[in-house]
Amino acid sequence: MNKRTIRWTAQILILGGALFLIAALSLSLGSAALSVQTAIRSIFSGYNTIEYNILFEIRLPRIILGFAIGGALSLAGVILQGLFRNPLVEPYTMGISGGAALGVSLATILKLYQSMGLATLPFAGFLGAAFVIMLIYTINIRKKALKIQGLLLTGVMISFISSSFIMLIMAISRTEDLHGIVFWIMGSLEEPSWFLIKLMLFTSLAGLALSYIFWKDLNALRLGEEEAVHLGINTERAKRALFVLASLLTGCAVSVSGIIGFVGLIIPHLMRMFTGSDHRILLAGSFLGGAGFLIFCDTLARIIVTPSELPVGVITGILGGSFFIYALTKRGKSIV
Amino acid sequence: MFEIKDLTCGYDKRFHLKEINLVIEEGGLFGIIGPNGSGKTTLLRAMTRVLKPESGEVLLRGKNIWQIDFRELARTIAVVSQNVSTDELNVEEFILLSRIPYYKGLQFLETKHDEEIVNSAMALTGTFKFKDRLISEISGGERQLVLIARALAQEPKFLLLDEPTSHLDITHQVRILDLLKKLNKELSLTVIIVLHDLNLASEYCDRVALLSDGAVYKEGLPQDVLDYKTIENVYKTVVVVEKNPVSSKPYVLLVSEEERERNEEKNNIQKIKHPYDKEVKRRKGIEY
Repeated sequence: MNKRTIRWTAQILILGGALFLIAALSLSLGSAALSVQTAIRSIFSGYNTIEYNILFEIRLPRIILGFAIGGALSLAGVILQGLFRNPLVEPYTMGISGGAALGVSLATILKLYQSMGLATLPFAGFLGAAFVIMLIYTINIRKKALKIQGLLLTGVMISFISSSFIMLIMAISRTEDLHGIVFWIMGSLEEPSWFLIKLMLFTSLAGLALSYIFWKDLNALRLGEEEAVHLGINTERAKRALFVLASLLTGCAVSVSGIIGFVGLIIPHLMRMFTGSDHRILLAGSFLGGAGFLIFCDTLARIIVTPSELPVGVITGILGGSFFIYALTKRGKSIV
Repeated sequence: MFEIKDLTCGYDKRFHLKEINLVIEEGGLFGIIGPNGSGKTTLLRAMTRVLKPESGEVLLRGKNIWQIDFRELARTIAVVSQNVSTDELNVEEFILLSRIPYYKGLQFLETKHDEEIVNSAMALTGTFKFKDRLISEISGGERQLVLIARALAQEPKFLLLDEPTSHLDITHQVRILDLLKKLNKELSLTVIIVLHDLNLASEYCDRVALLSDGAVYKEGLPQDVLDYKTIENVYKTVVVVEKNPVSSKPYVLLVSEEERERNEEKNNIQKIKHPYDKEVKRRKGIEY
């Protein structure tokens, strides 16, 4: 018992330390390379230096956003994997991100945010995500037990349909800012609105706190739904609440930064190897891991083709897609 | 006391339990037996709140199980089911899950008490020595013991098991049923067990219910339920029921087709010799 508490504390400290290092590295790297020392000095030297502006107006918001989005997506991945009892589901592979993007696109084109404020975008994302999760879950119920191939194929098709709809919307509306939308869909941590950054940070931290209400449910669900009932878990209520939570995290993340795939697949997968599958550590571990991973990927995206930059979704797509194929071939037999 | 009243239920209108009425008293070792597909597991699932009844009800100590709080139900009945997906847990972690219904509000870690309960459940079932092994690494017999340990650590009043001895060799069959008998006697735990091995049911159960086609065919003491006529009717198989010379419980023996034919030939010869007591001879042929 004590041994386990010590282990968990150590793991959290390691992940927190790694996250801090990555964030510091990200703060000092970029088209204008600042050494860590310069960075620290500029923090104390005041508001008006160029270094200060680069750090606090450009890089820091991205790091905060990377922390919030990476954590949220990874957390959503852990929750969905717990619910579907499968390590290959995550917001992107199940088409939930796609549904959220469609919701956000609709809200953007209808210019809802002009009349009702910026918060309509995350809300539209949430609705889109929730719709897809409900759709998948209803199919799942009707067939009693949907096989994982079916689940993944449905997800891919939902992504495909969503992106086609988004293109349709773009074609009809002839938006001037086409490049912006394309860039947003590919996933980018470039976000000028401090309001949305703060909202995202709040949502993901609140999501982490809320997910801990359900650690018992998630732990019991590892044994299957019937077993969870036998352990005194109200599975229907837990599933409903967790679906809403996963939709909220995904919808909000997509509305701010577009579709960033595979964070929720890679990180929980690696975390299970590192921390084990107990959700008391897995939830927080995945959050920290996801945050660090996305900040790392974003830093790569910023420096790999300087002075221009890549959408971070490209980096996670390449890394995550390869990892997905690896996980599928390695564990395919036991999953299917 | 478990009281099943006019219970009708099933999956997707495909298979049904039809108006089951059954009373299971506390303190005994109760067996549910019957052929494949007769509804044994379905009945167990209906009794453990997994399967919702279409009509009728299941009362646990006078209360409909669907109205009992989830956690309270889990503290009263523990279930050992047939297929548990256990991924990459080790034995101790797995057994610790049994304490979930006892967590209070914001409690985040197991207490000393929880650990003591788990340790004594492991000691009782003899699973302590492989507590650090992964569930996927242990044998089928050890796995059943681990499942029973987890159920025990739930500190239930009722223990419900779904064929805990299937696919096990006789050593493990006897070991598990001896353990259940011991728990039943020493902890006065009510044990309800689905078995398809009639001889194990006869040897260990205080009472048995024989299911056939989704209905209770007969319920009572093993020696009353397990007679050759009943078994032949339900299982459509020729059997011989003997008495176990040690326990004097009924013992069901099977007869191969070859032997049956040889026996019939013998009867035919006897029929010619004694045309009048044909029926007597046929009976004798089956019984001996």
